Amino acid sequence: MKNVGIVIVSHSPLVAQGAADMVRQMVGDEVPLAWCGGNPEGGLGTSVRQIIDAIERAWSDRGVAILVDLGGAETNSEMAIEMLEGDRAAKVVVCNAPVVEGALMAATEASGGASLADVRATAEELSPA
Amino acid sequence: MSDEMLLRAAIAAVSNTIAAHADELSELDAAIGDGDHGANMKRGFDAVAAETDLIAGKPLPEALKAIGTKLVMTVGGASGPLYGTLFMALGKELAQAPDDRAGALRKAVDAVAARGKSTIGQKTMLDVLYPVADAVAAPRPIEEIVALAHASAEATRERLAIRGRASFLGERSIGHVDPGARSSALIVEAVAGVVR
Repeated sequence: MKNVGIVIVSHSPLVAQGAADMVRQMVGDEVPLAWCGGNPEGGLGTSVRQIIDAIERAWSDRGVAILVDLGGAETNSEMAIEMLEGDRAAKVVVCNAPVVEGALMAATEASGGASLADVRATAEELSPA
Repeated sequence: MSDEMLLRAAIAAVSNTIAAHADELSELDAAIGDGDHGANMKRGFDAVAAETDLIAGKPLPEALKAIGTKLVMTVGGASGPLYGTLFMALGKELAQAPDDRAGALRKAVDAVAARGKSTIGQKTMLDVLYPVADAVAAPRPIEEIVALAHASAEATRERLAIRGRASFLGERSIGHVDPGARSSALIVEAVAGVVR
Protein backbone atom coordinates (compact mmCIF):
# COMPACT_ATOMS: atom_id res chain seq x y z
CA MET A 1 0.00 0.00 0.00
CA LYS A 2 1.14 3.55 -0.71
CA ASN A 3 2.95 5.47 2.03
CA VAL A 4 1.19 8.16 4.03
CA GLY A 5 0.74 11.32 1.95
CA ILE A 6 1.94 14.84 2.84
CA VAL A 7 0.16 18.13 2.08
CA ILE A 8 1.84 21.50 2.58
CA VAL A 9 -0.43 24.55 3.06
CA SER A 10 1.01 28.04 3.27
CA HIS A 11 -0.42 31.55 2.90
CA SER A 12 2.21 31.95 0.18
CA PRO A 13 2.32 29.62 -2.86
CA LEU A 14 6.06 30.30 -3.06
CA VAL A 15 6.63 29.06 0.49
CA ALA A 16 4.48 25.97 -0.11
CA GLN A 17 6.19 25.13 -3.38
CA GLY A 18 9.65 25.72 -1.92
CA ALA A 19 8.94 23.46 1.04
CA ALA A 20 7.59 20.80 -1.35
CA ASP A 21 10.78 21.06 -3.45
CA MET A 22 12.86 20.38 -0.34
CA VAL A 23 10.68 17.39 0.57
CA ARG A 24 11.01 15.95 -2.94
CA GLN A 25 14.77 16.26 -2.72
CA MET A 26 14.72 14.27 0.54
CA VAL A 27 12.25 11.52 -0.30
CA GLY A 28 11.92 11.46 -4.09
CA ASP A 29 8.69 9.90 -5.26
CA GLU A 30 8.25 7.52 -2.32
CA VAL A 31 5.67 9.76 -0.66
CA PRO A 32 2.49 11.21 -2.25
CA LEU A 33 3.00 14.97 -1.96
CA ALA A 34 0.92 18.03 -2.79
CA TRP A 35 1.02 21.70 -1.86
CA CYS A 36 -1.17 24.77 -2.13
CA GLY A 37 -1.01 28.42 -1.13
CA GLY A 38 -2.80 31.69 -1.74
CA ASN A 39 -6.39 32.81 -1.30
CA PRO A 40 -9.11 32.17 -3.93
CA GLU A 41 -8.00 35.35 -5.80
CA GLY A 42 -4.30 34.49 -5.77
CA GLY A 43 -3.25 36.86 -2.95
CA LEU A 44 -1.69 35.75 0.31
CA GLY A 45 -4.04 33.43 2.21
CA THR A 46 -5.45 29.95 1.88
CA SER A 47 -8.35 28.38 0.02
CA VAL A 48 -10.48 25.51 1.31
CA ARG A 49 -11.13 24.37 -2.28
CA GLN A 50 -7.40 24.24 -3.04
CA ILE A 51 -6.70 22.38 0.21
CA ILE A 52 -9.37 19.77 -0.61
CA ASP A 53 -7.83 19.35 -4.08
CA ALA A 54 -4.32 19.01 -2.60
CA ILE A 55 -5.54 16.31 -0.19
CA GLU A 56 -7.02 14.44 -3.15
CA ARG A 57 -3.73 14.68 -5.09
CA ALA A 58 -1.69 13.38 -2.15
CA TRP A 59 -4.29 10.77 -1.21
CA SER A 60 -3.19 7.49 0.32
CA ASP A 61 -5.50 4.97 1.96
CA ARG A 62 -3.04 4.98 4.85
CA GLY A 63 -3.77 8.65 5.44
CA VAL A 64 -2.59 12.19 4.76
CA ALA A 65 -0.66 14.52 7.09
CA ILE A 66 -1.09 18.27 6.53
CA LEU A 67 1.54 20.83 7.49
CA VAL A 68 0.38 24.45 7.80
CA ASP A 69 2.01 27.81 8.47
CA LEU A 70 -0.32 30.25 10.30
CA GLY A 71 -3.78 30.33 11.93
CA GLY A 72 -5.97 30.70 8.84
CA ALA A 73 -4.14 27.85 7.10
CA GLU A 74 -4.91 25.63 10.09
CA THR A 75 -8.58 26.66 10.36
CA ASN A 76 -9.10 26.30 6.61
CA SER A 77 -7.37 22.89 6.62
CA GLU A 78 -9.62 21.64 9.43
CA MET A 79 -12.63 22.87 7.48
CA ALA A 80 -11.36 21.16 4.31
CA ILE A 81 -10.97 17.85 6.17
CA GLU A 82 -14.59 18.01 7.36
CA MET A 83 -15.78 18.65 3.82
CA LEU A 84 -14.02 15.60 2.28
CA GLU A 85 -16.19 12.99 0.59
CA GLY A 86 -17.14 9.78 2.37
CA ASP A 87 -15.11 8.60 5.37
CA ARG A 88 -11.85 10.21 4.27
CA ALA A 89 -11.89 12.79 7.07
CA ALA A 90 -10.86 10.16 9.63
CA LYS A 91 -7.63 9.56 7.70
CA VAL A 92 -6.40 13.15 7.51
CA VAL A 93 -4.67 15.12 10.29
CA VAL A 94 -3.23 18.60 10.69
CA CYS A 95 0.20 18.42 12.37
CA ASN A 96 1.11 20.96 15.03
CA ALA A 97 4.59 21.62 13.64
CA PRO A 98 6.60 24.27 11.76
CA VAL A 99 5.69 23.99 8.09
CA VAL A 100 9.11 23.47 6.48
CA GLU A 101 10.84 21.37 9.12
CA GLY A 102 7.60 19.54 9.89
CA ALA A 103 7.06 18.61 6.24
CA LEU A 104 10.61 17.28 5.95
CA MET A 105 10.38 15.23 9.16
CA ALA A 106 6.91 13.92 8.33
CA ALA A 107 7.86 12.97 4.78
CA THR A 108 11.05 11.23 5.88
CA GLU A 109 9.08 9.23 8.44
CA ALA A 110 6.38 8.46 5.87
CA SER A 111 8.95 7.26 3.31
CA GLY A 112 9.91 4.47 5.69
CA GLY A 113 6.36 3.13 5.68
CA ALA A 114 5.31 4.61 9.04
CA SER A 115 1.65 4.90 10.09
CA LEU A 116 -0.18 8.24 10.01
CA ALA A 117 0.03 8.45 13.82
CA ASP A 118 3.81 7.96 13.72
CA VAL A 119 4.24 10.47 10.89
CA ARG A 120 2.29 13.05 12.86
CA ALA A 121 4.15 12.31 16.11
CA THR A 122 7.51 12.71 14.39
CA ALA A 123 6.53 16.11 12.95
CA GLU A 124 5.10 17.24 16.28
CA GLU A 125 8.33 16.41 18.14
CA LEU A 126 9.49 19.75 16.69
CA SER A 127 6.89 21.67 18.71
CA PRO A 128 7.29 22.28 22.44
CA ALA A 129 4.55 20.46 24.38
CA MET B 1 -42.26 38.86 6.00
CA SER B 2 -41.66 35.47 4.33
CA ASP B 3 -38.36 33.70 4.87
CA GLU B 4 -37.46 34.31 1.24
CA MET B 5 -38.03 38.07 1.48
CA LEU B 6 -36.18 38.11 4.77
CA LEU B 7 -33.23 36.28 3.25
CA ARG B 8 -33.09 38.58 0.23
CA ALA B 9 -33.15 41.68 2.42
CA ALA B 10 -30.63 40.28 4.91
CA ILE B 11 -28.15 39.17 2.21
CA ALA B 12 -28.34 42.62 0.60
CA ALA B 13 -28.00 44.44 3.93
CA VAL B 14 -25.05 42.38 5.14
CA SER B 15 -23.15 42.44 1.85
CA ASN B 16 -23.73 46.20 1.55
CA THR B 17 -22.46 46.98 5.04
CA ILE B 18 -19.41 44.73 4.61
CA ALA B 19 -18.60 46.41 1.28
CA ALA B 20 -19.07 49.87 2.81
CA HIS B 21 -16.79 49.03 5.75
CA ALA B 22 -14.23 46.82 3.93
CA ASP B 23 -11.45 49.41 4.10
CA GLU B 24 -12.11 50.07 7.78
CA LEU B 25 -12.03 46.33 8.57
CA SER B 26 -8.74 45.91 6.71
CA GLU B 27 -7.27 48.89 8.55
CA LEU B 28 -8.26 47.38 11.90
CA ASP B 29 -6.70 44.10 10.78
CA ALA B 30 -3.53 45.83 9.57
CA ALA B 31 -2.98 47.13 13.11
CA ILE B 32 -2.98 43.71 14.76
CA GLY B 33 -3.13 41.07 11.99
CA ASP B 34 -2.39 40.72 8.31
CA GLY B 35 -4.62 43.48 6.94
CA ASP B 36 -6.90 41.42 4.72
CA HIS B 37 -10.07 41.05 6.81
CA GLY B 38 -12.08 43.64 4.86
CA ALA B 39 -11.06 42.34 1.44
CA ASN B 40 -11.67 38.74 2.52
CA MET B 41 -15.10 39.45 3.99
CA LYS B 42 -16.08 41.50 0.95
CA ARG B 43 -15.04 38.70 -1.40
CA GLY B 44 -17.12 36.24 0.64
CA PHE B 45 -20.29 38.28 0.96
CA ASP B 46 -20.07 39.51 -2.65
CA ALA B 47 -20.05 35.82 -3.65
CA VAL B 48 -23.08 35.18 -1.43
CA ALA B 49 -24.91 38.21 -2.85
CA ALA B 50 -24.19 37.05 -6.41
CA GLU B 51 -26.17 33.88 -5.66
CA THR B 52 -29.08 35.58 -3.87
CA ASP B 53 -31.70 34.07 -6.20
CA LEU B 54 -30.39 30.55 -5.70
CA ILE B 55 -29.96 30.91 -1.93
CA ALA B 56 -33.16 32.78 -1.08
CA GLY B 57 -35.26 30.19 -2.93
CA LYS B 58 -34.24 27.49 -0.45
CA PRO B 59 -35.92 26.76 2.89
CA LEU B 60 -34.29 28.88 5.64
CA PRO B 61 -32.04 26.14 7.13
CA GLU B 62 -30.77 25.13 3.67
CA ALA B 63 -30.22 28.75 2.70
CA LEU B 64 -28.14 29.39 5.83
CA LYS B 65 -26.03 26.31 5.12
CA ALA B 66 -25.50 27.50 1.52
CA ILE B 67 -24.38 30.93 2.78
CA GLY B 68 -21.93 29.27 5.17
CA THR B 69 -20.50 26.98 2.51
CA LYS B 70 -20.07 29.89 0.10
CA LEU B 71 -18.16 31.88 2.76
CA VAL B 72 -15.93 28.90 3.55
CA MET B 73 -15.03 28.52 -0.12
CA THR B 74 -14.47 32.16 -1.00
CA VAL B 75 -13.18 34.17 1.98
CA GLY B 76 -9.61 32.80 1.99
CA GLY B 77 -8.70 33.66 5.60
CA ALA B 78 -9.57 32.21 9.00
CA SER B 79 -12.77 34.27 8.96
CA GLY B 80 -14.08 32.01 6.16
CA PRO B 81 -14.38 28.85 8.26
CA LEU B 82 -15.40 30.90 11.32
CA TYR B 83 -18.29 32.81 9.71
CA GLY B 84 -18.97 29.79 7.51
CA THR B 85 -19.40 27.64 10.61
CA LEU B 86 -21.71 30.25 12.17
CA PHE B 87 -24.16 30.10 9.25
CA MET B 88 -23.80 26.37 8.57
CA ALA B 89 -24.41 25.51 12.24
CA LEU B 90 -27.33 27.93 12.41
CA GLY B 91 -28.89 26.14 9.42
CA LYS B 92 -28.26 22.74 10.94
CA GLU B 93 -29.79 23.69 14.29
CA LEU B 94 -32.83 25.37 12.71
CA ALA B 95 -33.46 22.25 10.64
CA GLN B 96 -33.66 20.26 13.87
CA ALA B 97 -35.60 22.77 15.98
CA PRO B 98 -37.21 25.38 13.68
CA ASP B 99 -39.03 27.19 16.51
CA ASP B 100 -36.03 27.75 18.78
CA ARG B 101 -34.14 30.46 16.90
CA ALA B 102 -32.43 31.79 20.03
CA GLY B 103 -31.26 28.30 20.97
CA ALA B 104 -29.99 27.74 17.43
CA LEU B 105 -28.02 30.99 17.54
CA ARG B 106 -26.41 30.04 20.85
CA LYS B 107 -25.39 26.61 19.53
CA ALA B 108 -24.05 28.17 16.32
CA VAL B 109 -21.86 30.54 18.37
CA ASP B 110 -20.63 27.54 20.37
CA ALA B 111 -19.71 25.91 17.03
CA VAL B 112 -17.68 29.01 16.07
CA ALA B 113 -15.88 28.83 19.42
CA ALA B 114 -15.05 25.16 18.79
CA ARG B 115 -13.86 25.90 15.24
CA GLY B 116 -11.55 28.66 16.46
CA LYS B 117 -10.55 26.81 19.64
CA SER B 118 -11.39 30.02 21.47
CA THR B 119 -13.81 31.38 24.03
CA ILE B 120 -15.24 34.71 25.16
CA GLY B 121 -12.76 37.31 26.43
CA GLN B 122 -9.94 36.53 23.96
CA LYS B 123 -10.44 39.60 21.71
CA THR B 124 -12.36 37.82 18.94
CA MET B 125 -15.76 37.83 17.22
CA LEU B 126 -17.01 35.70 20.12
CA ASP B 127 -16.85 38.79 22.36
CA VAL B 128 -19.74 40.16 20.25
CA LEU B 129 -21.57 36.95 19.32
CA TYR B 130 -21.98 35.55 22.85
CA PRO B 131 -23.52 38.71 24.38
CA VAL B 132 -25.77 39.03 21.30
CA ALA B 133 -26.90 35.38 21.58
CA ASP B 134 -27.70 35.92 25.27
CA ALA B 135 -29.63 39.11 24.49
CA VAL B 136 -31.62 37.38 21.73
CA ALA B 137 -32.50 34.58 24.17
CA ALA B 138 -33.55 37.00 26.95
CA PRO B 139 -35.14 38.45 24.72
CA ARG B 140 -34.04 42.10 24.66
CA PRO B 141 -35.40 44.75 22.25
CA ILE B 142 -33.67 44.84 18.85
CA GLU B 143 -32.27 48.36 19.34
CA GLU B 144 -30.69 47.24 22.58
CA ILE B 145 -29.12 44.19 20.91
CA VAL B 146 -27.56 46.35 18.19
CA ALA B 147 -26.18 48.79 20.77
CA LEU B 148 -24.82 45.86 22.79
CA ALA B 149 -23.12 44.42 19.69
CA HIS B 150 -21.32 47.68 18.99
CA ALA B 151 -20.39 48.25 22.65
CA SER B 152 -19.05 44.69 22.86
CA ALA B 153 -16.93 45.19 19.74
CA GLU B 154 -15.58 48.47 21.13
CA ALA B 155 -14.76 46.71 24.42
CA THR B 156 -12.29 44.41 22.61
CA ARG B 157 -10.02 47.46 22.28
CA GLU B 158 -8.71 47.02 25.82
CA ARG B 159 -8.38 43.24 25.66
CA LEU B 160 -5.24 41.19 25.08
CA ALA B 161 -5.33 38.95 22.00
CA ILE B 162 -4.82 35.28 22.83
CA ARG B 163 -5.93 33.65 19.58
CA GLY B 164 -4.98 34.31 15.96
CA ARG B 165 -2.16 36.34 14.52
CA ALA B 166 -2.88 39.30 16.84
CA SER B 167 -1.66 37.12 19.72
CA PHE B 168 1.88 37.34 18.27
CA LEU B 169 1.83 41.02 19.31
CA GLY B 170 1.18 40.25 22.98
CA GLU B 171 0.61 43.47 24.93
CA ARG B 172 0.80 45.52 21.74
CA SER B 173 -2.56 44.06 20.68
CA ILE B 174 -4.15 46.19 23.41
CA GLY B 175 -5.52 49.51 22.14
CA HIS B 176 -6.99 48.18 18.89
CA VAL B 177 -10.55 46.97 18.23
CA ASP B 178 -10.61 43.38 16.98
CA PRO B 179 -11.58 43.35 13.27
CA GLY B 180 -13.65 40.16 13.65
CA ALA B 181 -15.58 41.68 16.55
CA ARG B 182 -16.22 44.78 14.43
CA SER B 183 -17.43 42.76 11.41
CA SER B 184 -19.68 40.71 13.71
CA ALA B 185 -21.27 43.88 15.09
CA LEU B 186 -21.82 45.19 11.55
CA ILE B 187 -23.52 41.94 10.55
CA VAL B 188 -25.72 41.98 13.67
CA GLU B 189 -26.77 45.55 12.91
CA ALA B 190 -27.54 44.72 9.26
CA VAL B 191 -29.61 41.65 10.12
CA ALA B 192 -31.39 43.51 12.94
CA GLY B 193 -32.39 46.22 10.49
CA VAL B 194 -34.14 43.59 8.39
CA VAL B 195 -35.92 41.57 11.09
CA ARG B 196 -36.98 44.68 13.02
